Amino acid sequence: MSFWEVTKQLADGFGVTLMIFGITLVASLPLGLIMTFGSMSKIPPIKWLVKTFVWIIRGTPLMLQIILIFYGPGLLGLEIKLPRMTAVIIAFIINYSCYFSEIYRGGIESIPKGQYEAGQVLGMTKKQIFFKVVLFQVIKRIVPPMGNEIITLVKDTSLARVIAVTELVKAAERIVTLKGLIWPLFYIGAFYLLFSALLTFLLNLAEKKMNYYSI
Amino acid sequence: MAFLEVKGIEKSFGRTEVLKGIDFSMEKGEVLAIIGSSGSGKTTLLRCLNFLETPDRGSILVNGDVMFDCEEAPYSDSAKREKRLHFGLVFQSFNLFPQYNVLRNISLAPELRRIRGKKLPKAEKKKIRNDIDENSRRLLDTVGLAAKTYSYPCELSGGQQQRVAIARALALDPDILCFDEPTSALDPELTGEVLRVIRELKSSDRTMIVVTHEMNFARGVADKVIFMADGIIEEYGTPDEVFGNPKSPVTKAFLEKSLENI
Repeated sequence: MSFWEVTKQLADGFGVTLMIFGITLVASLPLGLIMTFGSMSKIPPIKWLVKTFVWIIRGTPLMLQIILIFYGPGLLGLEIKLPRMTAVIIAFIINYSCYFSEIYRGGIESIPKGQYEAGQVLGMTKKQIFFKVVLFQVIKRIVPPMGNEIITLVKDTSLARVIAVTELVKAAERIVTLKGLIWPLFYIGAFYLLFSALLTFLLNLAEKKMNYYSI
Repeated sequence: MAFLEVKGIEKSFGRTEVLKGIDFSMEKGEVLAIIGSSGSGKTTLLRCLNFLETPDRGSILVNGDVMFDCEEAPYSDSAKREKRLHFGLVFQSFNLFPQYNVLRNISLAPELRRIRGKKLPKAEKKKIRNDIDENSRRLLDTVGLAAKTYSYPCELSGGQQQRVAIARALALDPDILCFDEPTSALDPELTGEVLRVIRELKSSDRTMIVVTHEMNFARGVADKVIFMADGIIEEYGTPDEVFGNPKSPVTKAFLEKSLENI
């Protein structure tokens, strides 16, 4: 198998990796915010429901969650059978929403009370205070931890292979077992490295852009 | 009828009674200084006037209009928003919005109030924006910071930040401007510039309530002085009466102590 053929097969796998990454990110960023509102809710049942959910999701391995979402319905005797990719994406979105929601919560709670009070005495509505005063300050504070989580997501996508979704690692493994080649495993390392390098660059750019003020 | 009437304000946090029945009134254009040791309830009283705390009892009237009455409470958020605009508040810790420049800090609230969520023709919106911009620049000039129009709060000294905060509070043209220990977070050499601004506001007939530890300022600028101790008004009168000839022994002791430190 030539280098070119290997690259082509791995590129297919990388496409799947990117898809899991992209869809998870786009869906979890807003979903996480909704969960944050839930976990900061003044209505105790909502608050505790969301908090318990976050505890369960953060307290169990993502791999287990993928397996349960894919095989769970069948094991319970239900007729539902999710496509593999759908199961993976559902598991990732749920998992990452929980992590993001906790980062958001930390960010929101780190804003001094005085900022809210200043908005209040200036006659702003709750919504105006959140969107005009607090939100941007929260974003500035959460970019570093979010960056961490986003880079972890790149590598976590490899967990999809546990239910035989052919993402990058699985694609390389296939070549290893079928063709007896070892080097594609090192080669995919470069894929991950380059992609996280790109993300790091973008995240640093975002951080710099917000450095025009300090708190 | 007095311009501001505060009647029987009581406030507890849990079992701690912080305000035990506060009554006072003031006239338009007056400057009232509230002094007293920490924990005497001065700040809580100011926060009650600004709807940051809800009194358990009592009422507050401005110009005869009821701002707060414990019989009518709780008020809806929108009712509170309307009523609290009669008061402005300058905080001890400034609380400027760090992500906006000085001009935006001042113009944001008036703009949200007069434009957001209202269906106005574009030309009119533009006119209002220009008005607000002009007014904000004028206020900046009043507090002597025209040169810092486009600076960010983090680039200013504490005294400058507090002057911006004063301009920001004035931008909504409150009937009564309240100051919560406006110089307590400042280095001694910076308190002068803030007090000077407050003094200038007095000459433009602004009605103000100033909670302060600056005895000289209270004595020199205020028309009336309230001395609070343990949740009640221990002494009320002109600066000469309160500082020169205090009736209550508690006031006497407090003044002796604070003048010792000078």
